[in-house]
Amino acid sequence: MAQGIAAQTHSDREVIAPSLREIAADWSADQEVFRHTHWGKAMMWIFLLSDTFIFSCFLTGYMTMRSSAVLPWPNTAEVFALVIGGQKIPLILIAIMTFVLISSSGTMAMAVNFGYRRDKRKTAALMILTALFGATFVGMQAFEWTKLIFEEGVRPWANPMGAPQFGASFFMITGFHGLHVSCGVILLLIIASKVARGHYDTAGDYSAVEIAGLYWHFVDLVWVFIFAFFYLW
Amino acid sequence: MQDDPPVAAHAPDAAHQGQQHPISLYLKVWGLLFLLSAMSYLVDYMHVQGIVRWTLIILFMLLKAGLIVSIFMHMAWERLSLIYAILVPPLVLLVLVRIMTIEANYAFWTRAIFMGGGG
Repeated sequence: MAQGIAAQTHSDREVIAPSLREIAADWSADQEVFRHTHWGKAMMWIFLLSDTFIFSCFLTGYMTMRSSAVLPWPNTAEVFALVIGGQKIPLILIAIMTFVLISSSGTMAMAVNFGYRRDKRKTAALMILTALFGATFVGMQAFEWTKLIFEEGVRPWANPMGAPQFGASFFMITGFHGLHVSCGVILLLIIASKVARGHYDTAGDYSAVEIAGLYWHFVDLVWVFIFAFFYLW
Repeated sequence: MQDDPPVAAHAPDAAHQGQQHPISLYLKVWGLLFLLSAMSYLVDYMHVQGIVRWTLIILFMLLKAGLIVSIFMHMAWERLSLIYAILVPPLVLLVLVRIMTIEANYAFWTRAIFMGGGG
């Protein structure tokens, strides 16, 4: 192959992007496509791809239910408003949750960075901070659910404010996302304690931090879509 | 086969040496994500309606998603094979969305016409 490339003219090299040639080389060696990638990272990416399909099915189901509903859809800006200092601020709870989750993604990205620098203390501290942000998010979600269930009377099959499909979509989508955040918090705490105990120093391989980070950023990514389609639309 | 493709010169192999980017990069992206979130919140707060609202929501959503995937998840520095293997398959979901749009339309009119606007 090296000879084949060498035989090509200079203009050919400019026309065929090197990256595209790289794809051909990777996939023609079938079972070695991801050989440059840590196996755990490749597997995490494939898991996240499958998770993408699950969340997309939920969001598409929500789209179908919302656009086929004959009763009015509740105004999310009012449903998720909070009274702060005697003033009703629309959608503020969800906005705060969004900022909390984005902050957790920021600290996670830095944790991965310090992981590659083999900085045990900073990596573990940033991961625990990320987990704390995540737990805060789940706590606020629990508050949101409690408010909706007990004060507004929303159920998965009923909704006093209009379309009953609202309840089904809300509990399925935010519930499944909240479950992901909760699992992520547990995963982060486990990896963080391993980092702190020096578990990864023996092999010198901090990939576990990056893999946990991929999962965490994905949870944030899903929230970006839920925020846009469910809360803002 | 054994010689590294030119791209690898810019993208150090994550599996073997890890990626080193300055912390400031992450702080900048963090700031941008905050800004974009604040702007999408403002779309709702300012009561922007109709096509402008939907366009802005989708725009901010895609920008945020792009920043998270490319910088935070390091997709920008991955090999093209991995990028395509992950990013291309979800595109078929657009077919599902199209089919379900037709289905929702049908269900809506069935309810409106034959079920007296109820059901």
